[in-house]
Amino acid sequence: MAVFQLPEWAALAPALILAGTALVLFLFDSINPRSTNRPLLAGTAVAGSLASLAVAVWFTAAGVGATGIENYGVVDVMNGQFIVDRLALYFMIIISIVTALVAVASYDYLRDHTYQAEYYSLVVLAATGMSMIAASNSLVTIFIALELTSLPSYALVAILKDNRGSVEAGLKYFLIGALSSAIFVYGISLVYGATGSLQLEAIAANLGAAGEMGGLLGLGILMLVGGVAFKTASVPFHFWAPEAYEGAPAPISAFLSSASKAAGFVLAFRVFTTAFPLEATTAVIGVDWTVAFVILAIVTMTLGNFAAATQENVKRMLAYSSIGHAGYVLIGLAALSTEAGDLVMGAAMMHLLVYGFMNTGAFLFVALAEYWGVGPTFADYNGLSKQAPFASAAMAVFMFSLAGVPPFGGFWSKYLLYTETVNAAADNTVLLVLAAALVVNSALSLYYYSRLVKALWIEEPILDRDRLTQPTGLYAAIIAAAVMTVVILPAFDPIATAALEAAAAVVG
Amino acid sequence: MMIEILIAVALVGALVTFVAPNRIAGKLAFAISLVPTALSLWLFAAFDGSGNALLDGELAFESQAAWLEIGGYSISWFVGLDGISLPLVVLTAILCTLAIVSSWTPIDERESQFYGLILFIEAMLIGVFSALDFFLWFVFWEAVLIPMYLLIGIWGGPRRKYAAIKFFVYTNVASLVMFGSFVSLVFGLGDSVTSFGLPEIASAMLAGGPEGFFGLSGTTLASLAFIGMFLGFAVKVPVVPFHTWLPDAHVEAPTPASILLAGVLLKMGTYALLRFNFTMFPDQVEAYAVPIAAIAVISVIYGAMLALAQTDLKRIVAYSSVSSMGYVILGLVAYTQFGVGGATFQMVSHGLISGLMFMSVGVIYNATHTRMVTDMSGMADRMPIAVGVLIAGAFGYMGLPLMSGFAAEYFIFFGSFGSELLAYSAAFTSLAMFGIVIVAGYLLFALQRTVFGPYNLETDYEVGRAPVHDVASMIVLLGLIITLGVAPDLIFTMITDAIDPIIQGGGL
Repeated sequence: MAVFQLPEWAALAPALILAGTALVLFLFDSINPRSTNRPLLAGTAVAGSLASLAVAVWFTAAGVGATGIENYGVVDVMNGQFIVDRLALYFMIIISIVTALVAVASYDYLRDHTYQAEYYSLVVLAATGMSMIAASNSLVTIFIALELTSLPSYALVAILKDNRGSVEAGLKYFLIGALSSAIFVYGISLVYGATGSLQLEAIAANLGAAGEMGGLLGLGILMLVGGVAFKTASVPFHFWAPEAYEGAPAPISAFLSSASKAAGFVLAFRVFTTAFPLEATTAVIGVDWTVAFVILAIVTMTLGNFAAATQENVKRMLAYSSIGHAGYVLIGLAALSTEAGDLVMGAAMMHLLVYGFMNTGAFLFVALAEYWGVGPTFADYNGLSKQAPFASAAMAVFMFSLAGVPPFGGFWSKYLLYTETVNAAADNTVLLVLAAALVVNSALSLYYYSRLVKALWIEEPILDRDRLTQPTGLYAAIIAAAVMTVVILPAFDPIATAALEAAAAVVG
Repeated sequence: MMIEILIAVALVGALVTFVAPNRIAGKLAFAISLVPTALSLWLFAAFDGSGNALLDGELAFESQAAWLEIGGYSISWFVGLDGISLPLVVLTAILCTLAIVSSWTPIDERESQFYGLILFIEAMLIGVFSALDFFLWFVFWEAVLIPMYLLIGIWGGPRRKYAAIKFFVYTNVASLVMFGSFVSLVFGLGDSVTSFGLPEIASAMLAGGPEGFFGLSGTTLASLAFIGMFLGFAVKVPVVPFHTWLPDAHVEAPTPASILLAGVLLKMGTYALLRFNFTMFPDQVEAYAVPIAAIAVISVIYGAMLALAQTDLKRIVAYSSVSSMGYVILGLVAYTQFGVGGATFQMVSHGLISGLMFMSVGVIYNATHTRMVTDMSGMADRMPIAVGVLIAGAFGYMGLPLMSGFAAEYFIFFGSFGSELLAYSAAFTSLAMFGIVIVAGYLLFALQRTVFGPYNLETDYEVGRAPVHDVASMIVLLGLIITLGVAPDLIFTMITDAIDPIIQGGGL
């Protein structure tokens, strides 16, 4: 037994540590507003995110959030407004890993940048918001955390003030973000109108009381789906992603496409399972909401992959590929109508973690290329392996892993997602279409991923380059992400267990 | 543990070679590759297994460790050897060493990356032949594609980009078809299997087969899975009409990659056919024997006719592989001890002979920079030893007694002629035997024009003798070919021991 009982809010430590780090960075900024002490600023951000990661891993290992353990178990904070369970901790781990990688890489990327402290504090602040989303258990706290994530993200996309593309991307991202926030909050109001509650368990308990307001509730749920689609860059609110990722500094693209997407998914996983249990909700609104996700998943993955195949710009290709991957993860929600739904959702979560390494790594390689002054198109990347074999090898690992080719981590999670979907299809044959779409899209995606490998390794450079420097921070982040992408395959057991427990925390 | 050491040595060696300086990479890779070769020979000497690995046989060097369990299915690291896989592991190790030696002359850029990839491919190939868990096996199976894609794409001939992507797309799509079929089959088996271990799946298949899935009856599912997997493996073998990737890949690939491609990669397809289709589905083999035999005979004849029409030495050898692989399929479908045993023997024998042929063509090309039959004559005048070995290899191909090709083809014809399972077996065998006549025709015709007659080759440089290391590795291969031809029992005993459980002691 514990010698000394921590207060309940201490369970939110992974998020609180990030918040504290952001404040410390603000403090540095107010003491020395034009500080270019890069080691100190980047070091603080990295230390903060690693501390957050360590605490989240420690909590998971110690059994915090696990069901059936006394003293620890699932921790309710503020009367169920926040909840720390396996799901929350799992996503806090993903978010802090991505934040750490991005902060390490930014050390070199921002070498000539004026607003160093602002940048890092905004990154950590957005990460705080994402961690809070993972633990939020009420539509109010979810909305607040969502805004805490979004506002710094808008600023980060536009932080290259002198770069027209960056500012334009920031504005587009902001406008679409504001619209989707409005839709989301309107959805919340409709749900509140129908059920009279905002706390997720209370909504579920009051679903029966909605009575003839089922249509209203259904509309509210649809609007919440819209909000999720924006955050995860899924159809129909996906079109901001290519613009924002292309214009933003590449480490921020990595951050948004990996961590922000994961945050959007944890929101969806929690809200739709806890607040709108399938049978009770279907009884009230008359429609099975998983159908919406079946359609969204197929459309999102197909659209993302086809659009990615036609791109000439590497960053845009990665942006569309990130939309495609959102489609794969949506299968986790689409399969909830079946008995094996928790396994499919667990596999989707595993994919998000692997994605956190391989996609972040891929965008960080683009950051490295931008650092070297390499142009944006495939042709500009031609022959980079001659000057930078290690970074190019890492990028090949990311590309093959994203395509789901063994022996990399991306194969593991796609394999499990596929087999579990086929398994679940025994109850609902529609899922067989999803499984087929997953395989066909994966096979197709190999085309454009291998195109980048071909550019790096096989094509001859179109112009002579000088020797390329080897920035320590970017290299460290890329190599670390590549090593993890490879090591995850043999060491998948703990991750699979954590993800399955996370799914079990919300799917009965 | 021995298999793990074998794979680990090659993998670590690949990493070490990748970071070594270009200057010493070739010699270093050779030194490293001697370790797996010596170890595999030791495995051969210490082999103590009996029976078939999938059918309750005694496995040699078995080791198993739990990896992951999800949704009631466990995945494990499970390796072991029987009389079918051991000769192929030895073949892989020896051919990789010789391929490295034969790269010393032609490979003159990015050496460390080249030799690193060869060692990586060696590790993956040994894994393919020793893995006994479907998941593990599939990881190795697919992981072979990436290094081969890069070997062709980076160091290949003028049309290397097209050839590399064609190879990758063909074989990857085929793998996905096979993968989807097999996973559906495993789910169709229901509760009778709890893991992806191949022995467990094989015994469940033989104990009654699948119960049905998605409303398909068990028999229909088994037939569909059989066809899907046959198509998947047929591309890899390759059989007509899925062979078109092979000549492109061979002609564009650098010589060492061709040696591995023809010598070992094609055997992956026939090995998988034997392990999956012909071990797990005896009923389907019986039902589809005639169409499969027809495909086999068409491959033999059509492949040989295509070879007859070529003027590029490398294309001739490439198409003759299609023809030789047809014999393997014919032997398998005969389903007799000599048929299946001879097919397995042919896998090893063809690995050695085609390796030797590609090596000789490579040696001639290194000296003359042409492979066109029409460009040269009288090569025997300039490189007597190399040409002598080439002629010996060609006679091995034609099935000269006391060489391994004779033993292999004799076993296959003997086994298939009297097959009870295959209708019209005598007709099929007689037709296939006609293929040998064509083989003799095109090989003798090509040799007569290139190596005999007065020396005539217009070059502005002196064509000298072949380097000693090339001649030495050719002589090693020739020695092995003759050894197996004189004493086929060296491996045929252990092969038949592993074959017998498959055909239940029936046949001749």
